[in-house]
Amino acid sequence: MPQIRLHAEKQTYRRQSLLIRIVKQWDIQLMVVPGLLLVLLFCYVPMYGVLMSFQDYSLFKGFMNSPWVGFKHFEMFFNAPEFWNVMRNTLVISLLKLGVGFPAPILLALMLNEVGSRHFKRLVQTISYLPHFLSWVIVSGFVISMLSTDNGSVNMLLQSLHLIKDPINFLVEPRYFWSILVTTGVWKEIGFASIVYLAAIAGINPHLYEAASIDGASRIRQIFSITVPSIMPVIVVFSILAIGNLLNAGFDDILLLAGNPGLREVSEVLDTYVYRVGVQNSRYSYATAAGLFKALISVALLAGANYAARKSGNSLW
Amino acid sequence: MRLSTGDRLFIGINYTLLFVLGFAALYPFWNAAVISFNNGSDTMLGGITFWPRAFTLENYEVVFKDKRLVDGFIISVLRTVLGTVVSIAGTALLAYGMTKRKLIGRKVYMVLCIITMYFSGGLIPSYLLIQKLGLMNSFWVMVVPGIISVWNMIIFRTFFIGIPQGLEESAQIDGSSNWGIFFRIILPLSGPVIATLSLFTAVYHWNDWFAPSIYISNVDLLPIQTKLQQILNSNIMLEQMQNMDSAAQGRLNQMKAVTTKSLSMATMMVATVPILLVYPFVQKYFVKGVLIGSLKE
Repeated sequence: MPQIRLHAEKQTYRRQSLLIRIVKQWDIQLMVVPGLLLVLLFCYVPMYGVLMSFQDYSLFKGFMNSPWVGFKHFEMFFNAPEFWNVMRNTLVISLLKLGVGFPAPILLALMLNEVGSRHFKRLVQTISYLPHFLSWVIVSGFVISMLSTDNGSVNMLLQSLHLIKDPINFLVEPRYFWSILVTTGVWKEIGFASIVYLAAIAGINPHLYEAASIDGASRIRQIFSITVPSIMPVIVVFSILAIGNLLNAGFDDILLLAGNPGLREVSEVLDTYVYRVGVQNSRYSYATAAGLFKALISVALLAGANYAARKSGNSLW
Repeated sequence: MRLSTGDRLFIGINYTLLFVLGFAALYPFWNAAVISFNNGSDTMLGGITFWPRAFTLENYEVVFKDKRLVDGFIISVLRTVLGTVVSIAGTALLAYGMTKRKLIGRKVYMVLCIITMYFSGGLIPSYLLIQKLGLMNSFWVMVVPGIISVWNMIIFRTFFIGIPQGLEESAQIDGSSNWGIFFRIILPLSGPVIATLSLFTAVYHWNDWFAPSIYISNVDLLPIQTKLQQILNSNIMLEQMQNMDSAAQGRLNQMKAVTTKSLSMATMMVATVPILLVYPFVQKYFVKGVLIGSLKE
């Protein structure tokens, strides 16, 4: 018994001293505590709120009084007629974006590196970085205008080349949607994403190229034997991390480009689905369940990707 | 050095491809600008590509006379300035505190922050939280939830740690408090990183259209991006005419040349101009910023 009391006393002593120690350093605690409270409020409260996916949440009863229903909403989601469609769209769009959008900036960086004229290189860089800074609303405005049947530039071009007779309604027909989405994404981000690779290329020892050209290697040969292997570590890390983002098929771009409800069948992905059933149809618990399903898989993918990145010896953090 | 035929061919193809790429990157923007300067009914005849055929400023006149668009522009500016200043200040302060080794709870705080980079409650719980907090239909919904960016905090922290310890120590000996050191030594030495992160934060605020679209229904509080999205989405041209003062409406009746398309293009240009204005000045910073962000050690 005395031992236990002693232990308890020690505990209070320690706790007190901890409190005192914290109070003593109030100045630096005051720097971090307000910020951390904001993080707790805007990140951790919603994390706790995720539990409502196991409830029949109603606005009137509130979080505390809504009845618990277990996995009902998850079951409903998995059995929903649109479930497989949404999953297919998420994976296909995401993989298409990965397959095209990932190599594109690497290619651009390699091409820019081969440009001798400094002015031309800078010009192309400046132009290609710009779209990254435009909002998706503006970009979707460009796309809608370019693809318009009413004298949109793309239709005009195709017509003047006699490839088509009547203008195509690109943003209405489902079969064009994925290509439009991927192209737009590449258009917006190719330049900006190439910065990292250009920086990696800039770090390559120029003597390697001199030696290679003395040995008679052609320019193309030099790209594949020197440049690409040299930036491989960066490529590996970024490709691993891209896999961690596999379920992030996009959100703004899809919402803005698939304004036509007829496209839903090819455009609805997990994130837009959550938005539509949750915010627009107010099915809060159901939408949260769908969102949690996505978040859990994403965490697993990200953790796996980070683990793999660390294993490859190129950890990012 | 003499180039082989193969190399010359390669260089030629490379330049051509890059030229095509640069053209493709610029053309949608250029074309939209041209349409915004072209007479609307003339645009409907088609064939507008590189140059306005019937040059006019009417489209812009309509945009600038529409009180709602001007208000949206002002809201966007306010939101961007306020949101960026508050966020950079708050995040930098948090980051500086986190560099202090003697800060009790530092590890726990850090883990708390890092978890949020991997997992979030998602859209619906956040939406309901905003509702509970009474932030719906408030200007502050565009500022307060974004004050702390964990990502920026980590970049700031990495940068601050890189500042030589000796500077802080000597200031301490001279009797500076921790807050004094932060404002008088750390911040003045952090120009580049502040510029870079401010740029990214400002661009985020300027471009964000989604949060206002779900949290704000009061039209007077909507930033220009959200209004633009609504214009693009639905032809609210008629409504717009009603919202103009009568003089402008009279003029519009004479013109009849402003179409939804030309109007939306003009609005798009107006919403892009601030970005185009700062873009050339900050280019060297953001290249640096991307590198600290992605290859941080």
